[in-house]
Amino acid sequence: MKPGTRLKSAVCDTEVMVIRAGEGTIECGGHPMSEDKQDAGTPAEAHAGGTLIGKRYVDDAHSFELLCVKPGKGSLSVDGVALSTKDAKPLPASD
Amino acid sequence: MNIALLLEMAAEAGPDRTALVSGPRRYTYGELLAGARGAAGLFRASGAEHVALLDEASEAAVFALFGAALAGVPYVPLNYRLADADLKGLLERITPCVLIGDAVRAARLHDDPADTRMSNADFVAAALAAEPIGEGDPGLGIAVQLFTSGTTGAPKAAILRHTNLTSYVLGTVEFASAPEEAAGLVTVPPYHIAGIAALMTSIYSQRRIVLLPAFTPEGWLDLVAAEGVTNAFVVPTMLARIVEAMKQGHRPDVASLQAISYGGGKMPLELISEALDLFPATGFTNAYGLTETSSTIALLGPEDHRAAKASDDPRQRARLASVGRPLPTIELEIRDEDGRVLGPNEPGEIFVRGEQVSGEYKEKRALTDDGWFNTRDSGYLDEDGYLFLQGRVDDVIVRGGENISPGEIEDVLRAHPAIADACATGIPSHEWGEAVGIAVVVAEGEARPDPDTLRQLVRDRLRSSRVPEAVLFVDALPYNEMGKLLRRVVKPWFAG
Repeated sequence: MKPGTRLKSAVCDTEVMVIRAGEGTIECGGHPMSEDKQDAGTPAEAHAGGTLIGKRYVDDAHSFELLCVKPGKGSLSVDGVALSTKDAKPLPASD
Repeated sequence: MNIALLLEMAAEAGPDRTALVSGPRRYTYGELLAGARGAAGLFRASGAEHVALLDEASEAAVFALFGAALAGVPYVPLNYRLADADLKGLLERITPCVLIGDAVRAARLHDDPADTRMSNADFVAAALAAEPIGEGDPGLGIAVQLFTSGTTGAPKAAILRHTNLTSYVLGTVEFASAPEEAAGLVTVPPYHIAGIAALMTSIYSQRRIVLLPAFTPEGWLDLVAAEGVTNAFVVPTMLARIVEAMKQGHRPDVASLQAISYGGGKMPLELISEALDLFPATGFTNAYGLTETSSTIALLGPEDHRAAKASDDPRQRARLASVGRPLPTIELEIRDEDGRVLGPNEPGEIFVRGEQVSGEYKEKRALTDDGWFNTRDSGYLDEDGYLFLQGRVDDVIVRGGENISPGEIEDVLRAHPAIADACATGIPSHEWGEAVGIAVVVAEGEARPDPDTLRQLVRDRLRSSRVPEAVLFVDALPYNEMGKLLRRVVKPWFAG
């Protein structure tokens, strides 16, 4: 998966921008995400926490990083393992 | 990712929030996006290969920047202060284009039927009324093309790709992190990288943009007070004039101002020290960056400023004159002429690498094979990684094989009470190849100092190789509008 690829959820409005991706399937609401809009019903119960716009989502190994560019009801995972939000270290504004 | 997504996200998260204040007009994020989409529709229909802006900052700059991104064509803001002949040369290089702003002047200089020219007001009205551009991938090509000021030869067309700019924004700003009341005052012209970066980072952080196209210190202070401005970027000359206006008694309530960032030229130590006293509650940030690096690559933050000013340790105090530490998202090295990486406190050329670094011109790619960009700035890192700039490599005086930074000589001279300003440059010397020449401006009401006194001052504070061979007294020194001293203009003054 190339950085800069935009992926859409098959079960909600979520859209993400791939910042970094390793080996594995990126999912939202428990269903694989894809570049074209698919319709696979509703988010699976275990993956229905929702996404927040502007948040970055990473896996524990930091091989995946996704930027949520459109929020939705599903939550993000890779091969079934939930991603967590990345805490940012804020920099002072420079422009 | 495409820079248009920054605006799309801001509009998705806060469509009705105020995004931009341009004179009497206010726009929400939703309206800015609508304007950009309409503008993109116009650009697409025109068949233009560039979108040029020949105007001061206004909503048109936002519509054009993001509209061009949505249409997949480069945005080319032009310097309206250029002389006719120089501007003509640039217009010829961007045909076919849509040109927004001074359409009359552009047509007079380059009347090509392939170009579409619109006044600012006509463009803004047309963009808001136009059919928005349809869905479709505009790609990740060139987002912005900036003609560099060109210290020698014809201006180079520096290219910033979408990935360079969005990498900078994502690396330095958290989405929607600005509180509701936050407002950033933008006074840099739209054709400067800092002006473009300010639009993008403000929109992504959802910090309201307040435009002040024609800078006056009183106007700046009044607008801070009227709009409750929280953040502002200034170049050193602007800060000097603001400080002067405040000392003259122009003191509106500027308590809202939480942060002032500065860059674009050397900040005199006395000036920043004075500003810290005049704005005791404001955090100061020094930002160092270049067009070719998508703006900031190193930062000296507010805590660093206050700590340096309060410290008794000369090493800590010296950091007030540094540009701080490199961003965590880039790599920075100091190298000697043979490419060897240097250690702490060893001066050399500054190299940078990272996604935000384009190092690319329309004419050629200026990156090394492994992605490093030579900034052509010279400087060094101290033992804690603080970066000190010593000026452009091209300005370095080479005397008998020894590299001399003009800045250190100028700093010593400016500290003399009778000297208002100083410029050091290399002058031809039979004995040394180059020797030091200084042009100095005598402070108002002061007697002209004896050249030998100045030579002695430099000898005492620095060393004998720095002692100026030639001393010129001049009325004023040349600066560009960003406050950069133009040493190359001074150099020929010594020929006579």
